[in-house]
Amino acid sequence: MNQALTIFRKEFRDYFISPVGYIVVCIFLLVTGWFFFTTFFLFSEANLRSFFNLLPLTFSLVIPAVTMKLFAEEIHTGSYEMLLTLPVTHNDVVAGKFLASASFVAVMLAPTLLYAASVAFIGRLDWGPVLGGYLGAVLMGAAFSAIGVFASSITRNQIVACIVGMVICFGLTLFDKMVFFFPGKIVEVSTYLAAATHFENISKGIIDTRDLLYFASVVFLFLYGSNVVMQARK
Amino acid sequence: MIHVENLTRYYGDFCAVDNIDLDVRKGEITGLLGPNGAGKTTTLRMLTGYLAPTSGTISIKDYSIDDDLLEIKKLIGYLPESAPLYHNMLVYDYLDYIADIRGLSKGRKEERIQELADLCDLRAIMHRPIGELSKGLRQRVGLAHAMIEDPEILILDEPTSGLDPNQIAEIRDIIRHFGREKTVILSTHILSEAEATCDRIVIIDKGRIVADGSTEALEQESTAQEKIITVALLKADFASASMRFRLLPGVTGIELVESADPEVLKLKISADGRDNLREMIYSCIKETDWVLLELAKETKSLENIFRELTKEG
Repeated sequence: MNQALTIFRKEFRDYFISPVGYIVVCIFLLVTGWFFFTTFFLFSEANLRSFFNLLPLTFSLVIPAVTMKLFAEEIHTGSYEMLLTLPVTHNDVVAGKFLASASFVAVMLAPTLLYAASVAFIGRLDWGPVLGGYLGAVLMGAAFSAIGVFASSITRNQIVACIVGMVICFGLTLFDKMVFFFPGKIVEVSTYLAAATHFENISKGIIDTRDLLYFASVVFLFLYGSNVVMQARK
Repeated sequence: MIHVENLTRYYGDFCAVDNIDLDVRKGEITGLLGPNGAGKTTTLRMLTGYLAPTSGTISIKDYSIDDDLLEIKKLIGYLPESAPLYHNMLVYDYLDYIADIRGLSKGRKEERIQELADLCDLRAIMHRPIGELSKGLRQRVGLAHAMIEDPEILILDEPTSGLDPNQIAEIRDIIRHFGREKTVILSTHILSEAEATCDRIVIIDKGRIVADGSTEALEQESTAQEKIITVALLKADFASASMRFRLLPGVTGIELVESADPEVLKLKISADGRDNLREMIYSCIKETDWVLLELAKETKSLENIFRELTKEG
């Protein structure tokens, strides 16, 4: 447990040492800020809906870039061997790296609270959906981080890790929108599997345990997958 | 201390380590010696728990590597080949991080980092990023990394490869200093390295152990089996000389050696282990009018043993 926290601290700090972290935050804020404020005044509604609606897509694009280095870089440089021969378990390593990337996503999200503040300044903002939206964003960020950790664990090439992560995240986001012409049962299942559906529920301000459970199980599944990959590497 | 039985590891169809048995006692510096690709690194990686054996058992102290991997990792300080450390970290931060993962208390951590800074001579580079260091310096940081918890067992994979002679001497001193009380296993493909540092040498080839013993024992064993004597003569010709020497008891072969001076006949006589062979050769020469310039016993160096044991075919 302590080992996991130590790894978490080191990986989290790494994000702020290298320029990659800052670049990713900038891109994220630019993209979300641009899309939010260009349409905001057209609707003249005091809410953050257009920001949250787009979030599954921006996260699919940005989070894999945050997580791609976690394992791939270590495997490529060989420091993976050094890390694993320290007294740590696979779970410590996976948990530490996952927590670091999920926390970084939360940090990346924090400046967007300014959007909410500026909207509240202009009009009357209903804080319920906003809080729900941020809760959903953190949960979805955690789920996508877990996917990214998994994608990074399967390869030594960071670009491959990033692309695989993006494909899985985009898949989960867009899945239900691509199968509408299939029979009803399949649409139902795919709607359940799609991350965007659950995120939308929460960001409406409806907090349902099924949605929470969905994100928790995505996190668990992909972290478990990373553990299996590490085991197979032996 | 370390007990290995029937250790085997396959990579797909390729057998990297083939049924190795090995016992390492406490306080011994053991050198794993072998040509590139002999299975040294794979063996060490299995000892440290980085790779799982295909079959066979490893136990260290009373721990088995299948059940108590975490305990075993606590006992071992390991430096992988070419010291793959985090390049973006400062030396001090890195050692601090490793000490935290190994669960050293705050006071003990400071104390160990200071001790290792002296032992590995890191004071001047404590606040430089690891990525900017030269190979020799990085290797010293790697050694400090492996010794941070003052482990009972130190495992080093090619600790001196790619270093210059001064750096090699420095690393060797550190290893010997540590090896006075602790158990050290290191791998190398450089013979002089193993000869100079190790108490015991295990020669590995194609995944098997082909020789195992102390440096002296290995040398003696092979010289006892066969002896080579070089003779240099004046006024002699190969035909008559080889005819005479061949009659001596125990001689198994005579070989002409190229010599710079055409007047001088230089021969290599190999024989199975008789102690008085040189005497007999001398008295044999005395009967003729040849002039004896040189008569020397060639001891087989570790290098010859190594070549013989690991050559193709």
